[in-house]
Amino acid sequence: MTSLRMRVQVNGESREVAAGSTVAALLGELGVTQPHVAVELNLEVVPRAQHRDAILREGDRLEVVTLVGGG
Amino acid sequence: MSLATDTTTDVLQLGTHRFTSRLIVGTGKYADYEIMGEALARSGTECITVAVRRERLIDSAGNNLLDFIDTSRYTLLPNTAGCFTAEDAVRVARLGREILLGLENPGADWVKLEVLADKRTLLPDPVATLQATEQLVADGFQVLCYTTDDPVTARRLKQAGATSVMPAGSPIGSGQGVLNPNNIRICLEYLKEDDPEYPVIVDAGVGTASDVTIAMELGVDGVLLNTGIAHAKDPLRMADAMRHATEAGRLAYLSGRIPKRLYATASSPEEGVISRPPR
Repeated sequence: MTSLRMRVQVNGESREVAAGSTVAALLGELGVTQPHVAVELNLEVVPRAQHRDAILREGDRLEVVTLVGGG
Repeated sequence: MSLATDTTTDVLQLGTHRFTSRLIVGTGKYADYEIMGEALARSGTECITVAVRRERLIDSAGNNLLDFIDTSRYTLLPNTAGCFTAEDAVRVARLGREILLGLENPGADWVKLEVLADKRTLLPDPVATLQATEQLVADGFQVLCYTTDDPVTARRLKQAGATSVMPAGSPIGSGQGVLNPNNIRICLEYLKEDDPEYPVIVDAGVGTASDVTIAMELGVDGVLLNTGIAHAKDPLRMADAMRHATEAGRLAYLSGRIPKRLYATASSPEEGVISRPPR
């Protein structure tokens, strides 16, 4: 039995993930382990405490951001 | 004299944030993170700006800015640089807040708002900046607004609830200094009228120490700069210079400069001179 896959947009690029993935699972797949990232799901910030509960759906648009040097 | 001259109690109060240094320094455009860290330390700043960008698209070596910054030492001030609409600026501000909450940094409750009009001038879009200010203030942010030196816009931003208005001396990264000191003076009059403690920061355009001093002598509360240090031939020495320039300008402002005169006034006594002036 093959697991169901779905497509989401992460930082502007299309990506396939397992259906029913959470934000936390996606971050794990991306190898993002640092604490200093923020996640936006369909234009709304997902607070860190909700990463394990936030379930992704087909076509979701995510931004995973961090801090960089700036003025 | 009612002017405070005790520099130990002369602090920069920005909303709920209080700093001894009146210099805010950016973290962009340094040759590397080690130089950045040392330049920040030498500048004496306690508040540094940072930008919010997509993860893993910036530094291929995997270095993160935060590995080179002691976040217990500096209050981070996230910016919305690169945003061209109020909507995007509000999104970026919220993402910055989320990251700073995770870091438990006191800067989680504020933002340096930039809503730009075009890439060539990097001039702010005043209408979009005002709209974003209103939304972010309603969302609980302390908003520090990057804007032009137009006094009317500055006043509107303050009325919208901005914690500080930060007029540019000249375009971002241009190094042209304070191009229109008269506009900065009028901004100060407008913003501090009936509210002398309201903080005004010159943000952008300063290229060297004298630019910082000129801004501080006008009576602004602080200066925010980045490129002037980061792109100097010797960023560490320039960081020193900018620290001294900020302090010198502040002290000169508090001291009250002499009026400018057309003719000379002698510093030595005129009586008892053995020589006669020419007729």
